[in-house]
Amino acid sequence: MVTPQRAAFREPLPLKCGRVIANYELAYETYGTLNAGHSNAVLVCHALNASHHAAGVYAGEPDNVGWWDNMIGPGKSLDTNRFFVVGVNNLGGCHGSTGPLSINPDTGLPWGASFPVLTVEDWVSAQARLADQLGIKQFAAVMGGSLGAMQCLQWAIAYPERVRHALVIACAPNLSAQNIAFNEVARQAILTDPDFHGGDYYVQGVTPRRGLRVARMVGHITYLSDDEMANKFGRTLKHGHVNYSFDSEFEIESYLRHQADKFSGYFDANTYLRITKALDYFDPALDHGGNLARALAPATAGFLVVSFTTDWRFSPERSREIVHALLKNKRDVTYAEIDAPHGHDAFLLDDARYHKLVAAYFDRVFDSLSAEGSV
Amino acid sequence: MNGISIDRADFAAIAHWVTGGARVLDLGCGDGVLFKYLKRERDISGYGVEIDDANVLACVKNGVNVVQRNLERGLREFEDQSFDYVILSQTLQAMRNGERIIHEMLRVGREGIVTFPNFGYWRNRMHVLRGRMPVSENLPYQWFDTPNIHLCTLDDFERFCSERGIRILERKVLTQGRAVNVMPNLLGALAIYHFGAG
Repeated sequence: MVTPQRAAFREPLPLKCGRVIANYELAYETYGTLNAGHSNAVLVCHALNASHHAAGVYAGEPDNVGWWDNMIGPGKSLDTNRFFVVGVNNLGGCHGSTGPLSINPDTGLPWGASFPVLTVEDWVSAQARLADQLGIKQFAAVMGGSLGAMQCLQWAIAYPERVRHALVIACAPNLSAQNIAFNEVARQAILTDPDFHGGDYYVQGVTPRRGLRVARMVGHITYLSDDEMANKFGRTLKHGHVNYSFDSEFEIESYLRHQADKFSGYFDANTYLRITKALDYFDPALDHGGNLARALAPATAGFLVVSFTTDWRFSPERSREIVHALLKNKRDVTYAEIDAPHGHDAFLLDDARYHKLVAAYFDRVFDSLSAEGSV
Repeated sequence: MNGISIDRADFAAIAHWVTGGARVLDLGCGDGVLFKYLKRERDISGYGVEIDDANVLACVKNGVNVVQRNLERGLREFEDQSFDYVILSQTLQAMRNGERIIHEMLRVGREGIVTFPNFGYWRNRMHVLRGRMPVSENLPYQWFDTPNIHLCTLDDFERFCSERGIRILERKVLTQGRAVNVMPNLLGALAIYHFGAG
């Protein structure tokens, strides 16, 4: 059982785009107990559509299970009997942190289109302030998958002294042209929805649901592997025969429509647009002439890098670029390539090899804390 | 002893050659026990490379930094001359392209250390004389399930090195953990070579 909390920040946060957020709130959750030395904290960063609700359930909502509950909990790979785990909804999110849905105190209206475009760097700056409030000087580990893993990289670069270990799962050091292209299709679907109203749809009492639905469908296709889709759906027809119509006939169609309906019912389009932009912009090597090793030079954390063989969105090749840079910098790094059939989504699924590996790595993290007598 | 079999004489021989505090890359590192042993005995740092999932997990449990990789594809993630020693223990004979991996070893490392079962060992020769493929402590597989596809003798390896300008720095030959100094190509079961670029 877990209760979401909120932290308010009054100190203005300068953003990479040049704008400043005067004050903001972050929604977060914690699991486990922070030890006396404050040394056992683990930050879990979320990816595109998740939130601070990483594990457990809320009182009276037994079905609202945290998005990484198979990984985080008592006795699980990230064991909350040992670690104090923090989940946080990123700035600009739509699950309780200040974002486009929130009221802009200057106007008394929802931020909407006027909410700044954020970057991974901005998110990490905001997370660091949350860590300050929680009294966490240094995380035992920062962990994330996909876009969450990009935040881990950024943590290790921006706050090397605050990150002992980084678990970088299903990551890429930047998006490929193909990745950006998919994001652009998703954005165009939202931006051209007549209900989008330039981003100020809240005051019109509508949401660009159709755009969000298509955006989610496109995204979802890229999270699964061809094989996984073939196994799960194949060419199976819902009613056993075709109807020569445009209704959903194949199982895969009804699956995508179902996912799209679900998603467009709870996710905010302005947040989605901004998150895809944060993904597109993330490129730590850019300021170093494309040299990732130089970009990662400040990072002193120990790294666990994990990729999945059938992930074509962030392929193992992209993780190896990160490993290569870390090896070049002579950092402590372990790299595992999990032979899983599920594509990019594999990082969220309960695969024994993957979970055992993460558990073993966290044992190591915990043992090093114990050896120092700081637990 | 934390699962380390200190009676493994080849480990001791390798530790004897490796200087304290060296940067080491251990190719085909298995569960990481050799690396862990060298860390304890010689305070080395570096990485293991391993393809097998269970071994990668075992390395993490043994506190060894491991990179999961198929050695047949070379060592692209590793920079030129970034290690003092590159070790290939009991793996050369299972490689499809043994020549390439030796060259890769000397590209990423200053010196190489390789261990392999000596096919010229008299017991192996006896097996072949009797018309059968050898099965022994150092070659425990049957012909149809063996990963050992490129077996060689001490003489073969030394000729290989001299033809390619690879300088053999030291050699140790063992049979059941004991050093063999007389007629090693006949009496030695396990070969350990320390070599460098010519």
